[in-house]
Amino acid sequence: MSEDKNTNNEDTQWPLWEVFTQPRDGKPHEHAGSVHAPDAEMALENARDVYARRKEAVNIWVVPSDQIVASKGEDAGPFFDPADDKPYRHPQFYSVPRATKRRK
Amino acid sequence: MSTQTKTLTKKEALFEYLIRLADDRLILGHRLSEWCGHGPILEEDIALANVSLDYIGHAASLYEYAVEIEGEDRHRDDLVYFRNDVEFKNLKLTELPKGDFGFTIARQFLFASFSYFLYKELSEVDDEQFAGMIKKHLKEVKYHLRHSREWVLRLGDGTEESHERIQNSFDDIWTYVGELFYQDEVDEFLQEHKLAPDTASFKDEWKELVEGSLKEATLEVPDWDQYMVTGSRDGLHTEHLGHLLAEMQHLRRSYPDGNWQ
Repeated sequence: MSEDKNTNNEDTQWPLWEVFTQPRDGKPHEHAGSVHAPDAEMALENARDVYARRKEAVNIWVVPSDQIVASKGEDAGPFFDPADDKPYRHPQFYSVPRATKRRK
Repeated sequence: MSTQTKTLTKKEALFEYLIRLADDRLILGHRLSEWCGHGPILEEDIALANVSLDYIGHAASLYEYAVEIEGEDRHRDDLVYFRNDVEFKNLKLTELPKGDFGFTIARQFLFASFSYFLYKELSEVDDEQFAGMIKKHLKEVKYHLRHSREWVLRLGDGTEESHERIQNSFDDIWTYVGELFYQDEVDEFLQEHKLAPDTASFKDEWKELVEGSLKEATLEVPDWDQYMVTGSRDGLHTEHLGHLLAEMQHLRRSYPDGNWQ
């Protein structure tokens, strides 16, 4: 098990929050980085000061880092390798209709 | 009390008013900048530096407009670097040393809440350029109020130490608070010409916000009726301003024609 980032007793910092910023309306939120903050409201303010001061975002999400469930390094094989030898998962041999291409 | 007896012109009154607003923000911005690299935590270091830059930006626009109104071909830097302490009109509240984080937050909250009400009124004045500038700055002022108020709540209703420190800070700074609402013939003249609000019109609303926030933060509201300092708007200052100006001005005065190329 990896060390829980939010309740690491060695750490004298406030809890860690992951910051996701939405660059424009309709765009998905993207991971921008992380901030330390004592609570959610302060995390939002800190995220605004660090990641959205120069018009980088129209909306911000902050999530406690310890609430994020991530795949582990040792999962890399079973999680991602099987896709390599299953060509039918990668539909590259269909020709795309020109009309569809143009609409990209 | 001011010793001026001659009648003010509109130009003189507006210039004086702009200088007062700008000096408050320049000096407080300078005090906040002293936290840069010394904040209690990285994120707060960045937050205070941001607010500091906002204030210095607001001051720059106000000085710019002041020299334009004056029409004597002066540069805004002349006002910043070549005036002496008795010519600065900032409130004593803004020049007090930064103290601890609690003191800085207490001062920020009192100044930002006052600025919020003042700027709401100023954004309606009968001067398009002035009102437009204020409208732009008001957005940032709202954020300064939010940031400082959230911290007042957390420090007041936090640990025993944070509670005690911010309570002491409010007690110490209270004697400087009365001056926020000081008005003289400059204000009266501009009010007649719809160029400035009567600050008395929002004093109760401001007190309500301050008292409500302090109570929510489990803090005691100091005595409003205690002795309050005065004289800032006439150029009377604490001993701290001279030292601040020495630091801020010495380089420019040593190399008056120096530039960044």
